[in-house]
Amino acid sequence: MTNDKYKIQKIDDYRWRIPREGKMRVDGIVYADAHMLEDIQKDESLQQVINVSFLPGIIQHSLAMPDIHWGYGFPIGGVAAFDMDEGVVSPGGVGYDINCGVRLLRTGLYRVELVTKLESIVNTLFANIPSGVGSHRKDLKLSQQEVKNVLKNGARWAVSQGYGTKEDLEHIEEKGCIPGADPELVSDRAIQRGLTQLGTLGSGNHFVEVGYVSEVYQEEIARTLGLEKDGITIVVHTGSRGLGYQVCDDFLRVMINASRKYNIELPDRQLCCAPINSPEGREYLAAMACAANYAFANRQMITHWVRESFERALRIGPKDSQISLIYDVCHNIAKFEDHIVEGEKKRLCVHRKGATRAFPPYHPDTPDAYKAVGQPVLIPGDMGRCSYVLVGTEKAYADTFGSTCHGAGRVMSRGQATRTAKGRSIAQELKEKGILVRADSRATLVEEIPEAYKDVTEVVDVVEHAGISKKVVQLKPLCVIKG
Amino acid sequence: MIKYILIDHTADIGIDVFGGSLQELFTNAAFALFDIITDLSKVEGTVEYKINISGIDKEQLLVNWLSELLYLHDVKNLLFKDFCITDIKDNQLNASIRGEVFREDKHVIKTEIKAVTHHCLSIVQEDHQWKARVIFDI
Repeated sequence: MTNDKYKIQKIDDYRWRIPREGKMRVDGIVYADAHMLEDIQKDESLQQVINVSFLPGIIQHSLAMPDIHWGYGFPIGGVAAFDMDEGVVSPGGVGYDINCGVRLLRTGLYRVELVTKLESIVNTLFANIPSGVGSHRKDLKLSQQEVKNVLKNGARWAVSQGYGTKEDLEHIEEKGCIPGADPELVSDRAIQRGLTQLGTLGSGNHFVEVGYVSEVYQEEIARTLGLEKDGITIVVHTGSRGLGYQVCDDFLRVMINASRKYNIELPDRQLCCAPINSPEGREYLAAMACAANYAFANRQMITHWVRESFERALRIGPKDSQISLIYDVCHNIAKFEDHIVEGEKKRLCVHRKGATRAFPPYHPDTPDAYKAVGQPVLIPGDMGRCSYVLVGTEKAYADTFGSTCHGAGRVMSRGQATRTAKGRSIAQELKEKGILVRADSRATLVEEIPEAYKDVTEVVDVVEHAGISKKVVQLKPLCVIKG
Repeated sequence: MIKYILIDHTADIGIDVFGGSLQELFTNAAFALFDIITDLSKVEGTVEYKINISGIDKEQLLVNWLSELLYLHDVKNLLFKDFCITDIKDNQLNASIRGEVFREDKHVIKTEIKAVTHHCLSIVQEDHQWKARVIFDI
């Protein structure tokens, strides 16, 4: 199959190649089915896959997951790995919301126990977890020094302050703290933005969602993860807030100059970058690690308030709620990882922008509790349909630098969504489907209508059929708080 | 004359901004930013800031100008409505801006803008008319 605008070749039912030509250094490979590929071609996202392949030191392929959509610089859903000596690091390959990510909590509760209590749960969550634009906690005032401790230690800092338990840390990507974080490389401006926003959800697509296990596809694996049919789960989706946006912004300026300094030709200024081994590259990575750690701490604190909210709303103790962390994954990150390239183990800098790490069973970074089944991967859908829990596979490790999709991916712009939702009460429509929603603004609700997203089931089916993840359970929402 | 129009971008939001001069173009871009964030008819110009911005070229100057306004909005909780650019060159501008501290009982926030991106950034001049394209991350 070929296409006029891009020379797309079919590899198999779920993979498509954009062959190397012109200034491309490697092929582009897109994970999608034929129907999705049509949609993907409607915007500029494939051009972005091509643009990424221009960057120096890129290894093997410029990859796109099936939830690919038009971003800035890298496409959202883009994955690219770079050689440590020849390669570059690009803030545009991580994005503004550094370590925007998702964590999944399990509980000892069942759907039937919650039927009459959902209203109370959603209201308590909404009251306890600050959300919306400029949200902050009035009872949490941090000094600059304390914020620097957060940047250095991530979720470990939060646990040391009484937010959650040491066991939680075992179940977070990088154990909740990316090494090499140097707070001295984070600007005063970024720290100023970080002072008041720790422990807040923010707005846009960020949320806390209470749901239940609606389908089980892999009994054994589900049991290992602590999930069973009708069990109550909680998903937390947020990132590094204004601090992360500022770190990205600060380093884009540095990298625009660095790209000139190192003679790196850019197809899009948003792809500005520097060699991994240059002072600019090293400094960005150390500052990015700080923002990532802030995001880990943020989700850890919100988890604490989720636990408190459940106990308060249901008038039960921790022994009854049994809320524990299954796993926490990054969606926007650049990391040093070992991968096998042409039969040899090589250390690479892997950029995932709107993509999730999906390491296989027995990988050293797969947590002990999940060694036999693979690293859990959490794929949130839109607020009306469902979400999925997957596990990583050997094939992901071999083919996609241990990466998979991250969510549904938008198909409608926010403007289109708002026009589509005109005159409708989205909260009422969801209530009729049995989903309670509390949102800080109506604008967020209409922009986030289910139709604005691809059907996450189609996205997940592609990664499962392509073998880069394995579907374990499906979750359906019961109540959601949004920014 | 139309100050700006919204353009659809799948994940984010973009603007095409117009102006009879570079000064007017930058003023209208700032207006667009806060017009997207809030209902400007409810904002008064009680607080004044004087700012100085630089950039390697006029494109980066535009991003830096809007990013500065966004930073002040985020950290100091300010909404701006009046932008007086007193002096502008390709790589530098001076401006005095007026606005008000956000109050929950008075103002609305329509959209949170995370950042001003460099993606698809352009400034062109045709027949004494300036036009710029900027994409915001939201």
